[in-house]
Amino acid sequence: MNSSYPITVEIGGMPILLHTQDDSFRQMLARRYAGFVNHAAPPRFEFEIELTSPSRKAPDEDVQVKMQDGTWQLRRGDFRAHWNPAAGRGSIRQSANPYSIDSVLRIVHTLILAKEGGFLLHSAGAIRNGRAFLFSGVSGAGKTTISRLAPPDVTLLTDEVSYIRRDDAGYRACGTPFAGELARVGENCSAPIASLFFLKQGPENRIEPIEKSEAIRRLMRNILFFAEDANLVQSVFQSACDFVERVPVQRLTFTPDSRVWKLIR
Amino acid sequence: MTEKYNAKYIAKSSAIASRLLGGEMMIMSAIDSTFFTLNPVATVIWQVADGHTSLSDIVTQHICAEFEVDFETALRDAEHFVEEFSRHGILLVSDEAIRRKPIEDSAVTPTEAA
Repeated sequence: MNSSYPITVEIGGMPILLHTQDDSFRQMLARRYAGFVNHAAPPRFEFEIELTSPSRKAPDEDVQVKMQDGTWQLRRGDFRAHWNPAAGRGSIRQSANPYSIDSVLRIVHTLILAKEGGFLLHSAGAIRNGRAFLFSGVSGAGKTTISRLAPPDVTLLTDEVSYIRRDDAGYRACGTPFAGELARVGENCSAPIASLFFLKQGPENRIEPIEKSEAIRRLMRNILFFAEDANLVQSVFQSACDFVERVPVQRLTFTPDSRVWKLIR
Repeated sequence: MTEKYNAKYIAKSSAIASRLLGGEMMIMSAIDSTFFTLNPVATVIWQVADGHTSLSDIVTQHICAEFEVDFETALRDAEHFVEEFSRHGILLVSDEAIRRKPIEDSAVTPTEAA
């Protein structure tokens, strides 16, 4: 009988148990998701990972996410995965490439969050004075830059993908291990969201309001979502509208030096 | 007088999500994620697109009654709106009344949809 090496990765308070038969792969996961491993948490979902030889297909080919007979089918050049949310179980077939499991986890979390009124947002996130601030924008807008400029009293949640959950009081941002150019795993903590900023680099530091329709347009552009499922698209749109109604969404123009953080408190 | 759509019936597609927010109607296609923001006149047309009121009746009863605009101008603008939105699959257009359960704005909540 083959041994199974389990590891529970808890992101956004959502524990997912991963089983692999390769201990070196489990160790790699433990290093990659350091700070997010929690074996004490009862898992909400379990996945069996079957490692294969590296695929010749390009990992950056379009991802396909479809629901079929109650099971999500996730497919990209470098992985195949099945997940039955009702049964709480799934399987992943991939090589030992860390980017593949990272992508599968992101997709699974987008599907979980879509049902709960939350979403993953392409943004940096940080906590200051007990409140979370999110910084979103297209590549090059300054997510990594503003993360790098954060003063010591700021806790970095992520420089790439924010985990946003709805709760009774509004919305919370949770740290994620999904790192961007900073190559630094975020802190595993959360805080109520004080503001979402869309970044723009410019000659001075200033904050300006954004019209709600423009805020939703920008928000939808930056929410990570992969499923070809009309009901879930509708759900994510309504979540984006709810978010814009409850959280201030503003434009932050900034020069790339630490003075911008004087505006964020 | 234009007669392209005035005797037609219009209804919202079921493959959309919409929300009135800050006085603006926002619509997203669930098929291709195209996003639209409607002006006040188009918002009224959207809200009353129930499938069994003709476009000319919508213009007479709602647009001309609520906005200072003559019937010809209002109908022409309404037809442009209907033509564009039907092309995107957002509005359904028919020669006869469209009988089905109406689609309510903001009817789809995250928990209901999921």
